[in-house]
Amino acid sequence: MKSNVKPMPIPGKPVAPDTGTLRGFLRFLAQELKPRGKVLTPFNVVTGIIIVVGIAIIAVRFARGLGAVTNLTQAYPWGIWIGFDVVTGVAFAGGAYILTFAVHILKVKKYEPIVRATVLNGFLAYVFYSGALLLDLGRPWNVVNPIIGNAFGYGSVLFLVAWHFLLYTLVLFVEISPAIADWLKWVKAKRIIQRVTTATIIVGVTLSTLHQAGLGGLFLTAPSKIHPLWYSSNIPVLFFISSMFAGFSMIIIESMFTHRIFSDRLDEAHRASHNKILLGLAKGSASVMAAYLFLKVIDLTHGHQLGLLRTPMGYWYLVEVAGFTLLPLVLYVVAIREQSVRLVQGTAILTAIGVILNRLNISVIAFKWYEAVRYYPSWMEIWVTLAVISMELWVFRWVITRMPILGAPPDFTAEEGTLSNLDDAEVVRWKVSSSWKVSAS
Amino acid sequence: MTISRRNFLKVAGAAGGILLAGGAKSARTAQIPKASGVGTEFNGMLIDTTKCIGCRACEEACNEANKLPKPKVSFSSESVFEEKRETTPDAYVVVNRFPNGKNPDKPVFVRRQCMHCTEPSCASACLCKAMEKMPEGPTVYHKDRCMGCRYCMISCPFDIPKFEYNSPSPFVKKCIGCYDRVARGEQPACAEACPEGATLFGKRRDLIEEARKRIYRNPDRYHPRIYGEHEVGGTGYMYLSAVPFRTIGFRIDLGTKHYPELTSGFLSSVPIVDILWPAVLFGFNYLISDREEERGKESGDEE
Repeated sequence: MKSNVKPMPIPGKPVAPDTGTLRGFLRFLAQELKPRGKVLTPFNVVTGIIIVVGIAIIAVRFARGLGAVTNLTQAYPWGIWIGFDVVTGVAFAGGAYILTFAVHILKVKKYEPIVRATVLNGFLAYVFYSGALLLDLGRPWNVVNPIIGNAFGYGSVLFLVAWHFLLYTLVLFVEISPAIADWLKWVKAKRIIQRVTTATIIVGVTLSTLHQAGLGGLFLTAPSKIHPLWYSSNIPVLFFISSMFAGFSMIIIESMFTHRIFSDRLDEAHRASHNKILLGLAKGSASVMAAYLFLKVIDLTHGHQLGLLRTPMGYWYLVEVAGFTLLPLVLYVVAIREQSVRLVQGTAILTAIGVILNRLNISVIAFKWYEAVRYYPSWMEIWVTLAVISMELWVFRWVITRMPILGAPPDFTAEEGTLSNLDDAEVVRWKVSSSWKVSAS
Repeated sequence: MTISRRNFLKVAGAAGGILLAGGAKSARTAQIPKASGVGTEFNGMLIDTTKCIGCRACEEACNEANKLPKPKVSFSSESVFEEKRETTPDAYVVVNRFPNGKNPDKPVFVRRQCMHCTEPSCASACLCKAMEKMPEGPTVYHKDRCMGCRYCMISCPFDIPKFEYNSPSPFVKKCIGCYDRVARGEQPACAEACPEGATLFGKRRDLIEEARKRIYRNPDRYHPRIYGEHEVGGTGYMYLSAVPFRTIGFRIDLGTKHYPELTSGFLSSVPIVDILWPAVLFGFNYLISDREEERGKESGDEE
């Protein structure tokens, strides 16, 4: 590891730290962990307060039990920590598998500039949502039971979900690790990782398919508790398909923010290609949404549930399906015809709301809709959810500003001499290192 | 450490074995879990609500047998009948009072506890087998395995498992059919305590015979249905009633399907996807890589 660590002496720039040794690595890490830029920004203050109070609430939860901070009851064992943090959050992390599939398997080069940011998003989502899951488990120290196996519950959908959850998080880590290797300038490690990229991505897509579907499959065991408009033996398929447009819309939304906030880390060429990328994502999203709605209509008619549409729950169903799935589909089509990036972005937000509504409906709102006393989240449940999101944003920002995540120009050539400034050098993506490989061999 | 060829093969073999085992394991989920054992003659209970007088002796016996905390209201008080009760982490069986549609002077008392399904949804839902259907009949709870995910509560069609929300080290609590007593050949505490013979303990098949006999012999006394004979694929604890079950707090819309069947279709697709997807994707990848190569040659190999 020690040899080969300085492949890129940039003219006029300090030589990169020797991260090949433990001491060098620790020194580098300590230096990178320091905050950069202004500390007391409004964003930092607000999210900081949310996180600190959130941690206090979490402490109370572990000291006195779930009942002390949540509104969960015997009738409603799952609240928003499952329904929103896990079930909805994982749907939005779907962008990672769909995009790596497009770029690495289908070789659609167009989307390459956004792969790393999307995979990073997916990885952090999984890490933080599995973290949130631990908060909700009554006995989180037993979470390893189905993994190390003093008792394998093969017949359980949750067993499937847990295993795929764990394995896919590992896969996402492997998928994001080239960026970490770039950051640490570990050329050799990166070369090894790149050799398994295709296999990793294929495993990742497979795991995601079952994992996304499995989250829906969990609710198959509650036919008498979920409102018939939402309960369907197709729930796993519907969850899988909707995770695709959830992922697409999240990529679009995430890029809206990263492009505004981290615009200094982008270049002109990337910005120009980005509009095309967004319109492409809109197309993908629209076609998947059409398929999803088709399945929804089949469910509705086959289940002879049309009459239920004229009940209060039916109206609510229409809000979700017509207002936040059909309408965004139409808007996407309009946006594609008009080539309007702004409309694509607005529609992505509508679509995301639709996905949130769908997941919350199945897990919380249409779940035991008949009970006299309904569940609604306590302020502390919402607060902890916000704290989890805030923590994720902090880590996301930390990684974005330190590792080469956001795109370099697609025609970027990695001749050593052409690196004109340090920022570019930091923003090199795997293309650079693949040319290192060429020069090394 | 040097890796000899022999060692390498060992490791590789073990890794391959684990992968294969994974496949086989998923394949097994395709069938309904056989843990309960086809042909096993389960014990169960026949609860005749026409005989129950609402004395709550079963509640008291259950409380003692399971060493549960004493309730605030004594077991002899009738004030608890004012509202419909659910089981709690501290009360595995509760008796409720319902107005009698046939005879307004004689209210109907119905006890509520785990139904000990033939194919329990909770046991198939549990990812660490904390819920388990025993060959003797009861569905028991292994507290050391439970991770507190509460998926059993989501899955139970009767809403029986209850969670200790106010404990930092919570367990799921429910009637375990007095498993220890049953395994010793005794009957559950509640059945033993019943002064009216409203709860009959025995082999499920015999109980169904007995229930049918009672219905045939007293058609005026009984509503012609045994609740639990077919519901959710059959339950261990079954009920007789004078009035329709809908009117005394039972759900009659649960269907006759074993609950594990609801997910078995999806679970059987898992090994198919796990094997088929990678094969298809690798195929795609090779296909497209070849095409890209061709294209690269045609355009004079820019890279």
